[in-house]
Amino acid sequence: MIRILRQIFRTGIVTEPLQPDLEADIREVGTRLEEAIRKKFRRSLTIRQVDAGSCNGCELEIHAMNNPIYNCERFGMHFTASPRFADLLLVTGPVTQNMEIALRRTYDATPSPKLVIAVGDCGCSGGIFGQSYASLGGINKVIPVDAYIPGCPPTPTALLNGIFKAIS
Amino acid sequence: MLKETIISVFGEEARFESSQQPLSVASCVVSRDRFAEAAKVMKKAYALLAAEWAADETAFGRGFGVYACYRWGAEYLIVKTELPADDLWFPSLTKKFVPAFRFERQIQSLMGITPTGHPDIRPWIKFEDWPADAWPLRKTFDASKPLPRVAGEYAWVRAEGEGVYEIPVGPVHAGIIEPGHFRFQALGEDVINLEARLGYVHKGIEKKFESLSWKDGAQLAGRVSGDTTVAHSIAYCMALETMTGCNLPERAYWLRALFLERERIANHLGDIGAICNDAAFAFMLYQFARLREMIVRMNNKLFGHRFIMDRVIPGGVTVDIDAAGKKEILTEMDILSKDFEKLVVIYDEHSSLEDRVRDTGILTPERARELCVVGIVARASGMNLDCRIFNPFPPFDRHDYIELDVPVLISGDVHARSWIRIQEIRESIRIIRKFLEDMPEGEIAVPPALPRPDVSGFAAVEGWRGEIIYWLQSGPHSELNRCMVRDPSSVNWLALELAVLGNIVPDFPLCNKSFNQSYSGHDL
Repeated sequence: MIRILRQIFRTGIVTEPLQPDLEADIREVGTRLEEAIRKKFRRSLTIRQVDAGSCNGCELEIHAMNNPIYNCERFGMHFTASPRFADLLLVTGPVTQNMEIALRRTYDATPSPKLVIAVGDCGCSGGIFGQSYASLGGINKVIPVDAYIPGCPPTPTALLNGIFKAIS
Repeated sequence: MLKETIISVFGEEARFESSQQPLSVASCVVSRDRFAEAAKVMKKAYALLAAEWAADETAFGRGFGVYACYRWGAEYLIVKTELPADDLWFPSLTKKFVPAFRFERQIQSLMGITPTGHPDIRPWIKFEDWPADAWPLRKTFDASKPLPRVAGEYAWVRAEGEGVYEIPVGPVHAGIIEPGHFRFQALGEDVINLEARLGYVHKGIEKKFESLSWKDGAQLAGRVSGDTTVAHSIAYCMALETMTGCNLPERAYWLRALFLERERIANHLGDIGAICNDAAFAFMLYQFARLREMIVRMNNKLFGHRFIMDRVIPGGVTVDIDAAGKKEILTEMDILSKDFEKLVVIYDEHSSLEDRVRDTGILTPERARELCVVGIVARASGMNLDCRIFNPFPPFDRHDYIELDVPVLISGDVHARSWIRIQEIRESIRIIRKFLEDMPEGEIAVPPALPRPDVSGFAAVEGWRGEIIYWLQSGPHSELNRCMVRDPSSVNWLALELAVLGNIVPDFPLCNKSFNQSYSGHDL
C-alpha cells in the first residue's frame, strides 16, 4: 500500500503540466467545452462510443481521451456502457455490412435529442475502405450525422475539439 | 527438416516451385488426394499449422489453389494443391490440425471451396443474411456493389439442461472496444461453453488489396489492425520486397526494428494497465496509460504520427532519426524504465490482484500446441516462438549482438500473459538503446520495383501480438492477384474460447483482456 501511495504522490497530477502549446490547446478547448456542457447538458455529457467497423486506431485515441493527461472527465463528459443513457454517439467507421443493423439499433436505442459524431477518415467518408460489398462507407450512409472529426486516427486533442464544435 | 520429410514421403510426387519467394520458404504442389496426407506427415514431423488459404488463379488459366503453411522452428513450408475451376473441393485438415477449423470455414465462406470432411461448415465471417452464392474472393465477384440481404439464421451451439442459462454479449460492447459477439452458456457462475462469433468488422480487406497498386497496398496493410500498424506494414512490405528482390539499405531495416519495438512497448503498456483495471485496480490503468501516452507523443514528435502509421513503405521507411532524436528517446527510455519498474513491484506485491490473475483463464501447454497459437499467448503457455529469433530481419538476425531474451512461461494463465508482456517491455527498452547506439548510417529507402508476373512472396514478422504472416501473389500483368493476411488473432481467438471454460463469468473480461486479440485483424 505504501508503494501505491508513494507512487501516486510522486506522480502528482499529470493532467496539468503538458507541453505549453498542447496545454494551451487543451485548456482553451476544455474551458469552452465545460461551459457548453454546463449550459446545455446540465453539467454532464454522456457519450456512447460505437465501433461500426474501424481498425481499432480510433478506439485507441478515444481511450487516450480518458487517460490522466487529457482527462476528459474534468470537462463533465464521460463514457457510458449503454446507449440508453447517452446524449451523444461517437461512431467510428466505415460502417460494415455486418455492423449496419447493430449500428441502427444502437441509434434507435439512444433517447432523443441525440447527437451523432462520425470519427476518423473512415467514419467521415469510408476512408481507404470506401464503398464495397462489405463496407457501406461513411457513418452518414446509415444514420444521420451532426458533426465530423477527420484524421487517421484523430488525436485526442482533435477529438475534444470536435466534440466541442458539435455541442456548441 | 520439413522439406526433407515431404521429399522422403512424396518423392517425385511433390513438385517444388521456384516462383515462391524468399527461397528459404519452400513451396510444393501435391495432388488433391494427398493434401491431407501431407498434413499428416507434417504433424508427425512435429510441425504446426501457421495458415491455410485459397487463391483464385483463373487469371493464369489455372483453377484455384489451396495452400497450407506449416512451421517448425525456423522453417516454413507451403504445401499447395490445385483444383480445377469446375470441381471445387479439397480434403479438410481439421482432423490433423485444429486451427484449420476456422481457416477452412473461411475458405468455404469467402471463396466457395468445400473442405470435405470438415465437421462444421457453418459460414464464418460471411453472415447468414448474405446471399449464399456471394464468394467475394473469387475473381468473378463484383466487389463494388453492396450485397442484398436475404433471410437466414445462425445455428448456435447450445448447451441444455436444468439450470443452464445463456448470456449473449455484443456486438456493441460496454466499453470502448471493437465489436464481436460472445455467447456464454453458464451453470451458476461457471462457464460451460463459450462461442464467439466474429466477422462484424469484415471490411473486405483482402479483396480491397486486389484493386490497389503495390504501393497503396502498404497503406491498407497499415490499417488492417490500427494498433499493429507498424508490424502489418513491415510484413506486407517485406513480402513484396522478397518478390522484387529489393535490397534495403541497412539503416531502413534498423529503423523498422526501432518502430516495431516502440509499437510493442506502447501496446504492452496499455494492456498491462487494462488487465489490472479489469481486476478493479484502476491505479495501474492510469499509471500505465500515462507511460503509454509518453511513448506515443514521442512517436508523434520524432516520426510525425502517434502510432507511426504509413512510415513504413515498400523499399524502406519515410522518416529518419537524427542525433537529437536519439538523445530524446534515450532520455525517454530512462524515465520509462524507472517508472515501469516501480509499477512492476506494485503489480507483483499486490495480493488481491494476484488472487484474480493467477490460475485464471489457463491455456495449458498441450492445448496451446494443439491450437498452434502464436505470440504472447503461445509464450505464456510454454511455446518458444518468436519471429525475431526464428525468422528475423536485420538487425534481429545478429543474435550474438542483440542477445534477445524471449520470455517463456508455462502456467498459461492471465498472470503469465501479463508477465510475458512485462518482460518483453524490459527487453524492448534494452534493445532500443542498442539500436540507437549502433544504428548504421546511410539511405533510408530505395525506389521499389514491380514484381514479375506469377510470383508469390511470403513474410512473417513478430508484431506485439505475435507472428503476422503476409502472402502475396502477382497476377499475369504484375498486378496484385491475391494478398493473404494472417493476423495472430486468426489463430488465437479459438484459444480464448477454450481458456475460459470452467472459469466464472465475471472473470471473462480479465481473460479476454489478457489475450487482447484483434477483431479487425481477424475479420479482415
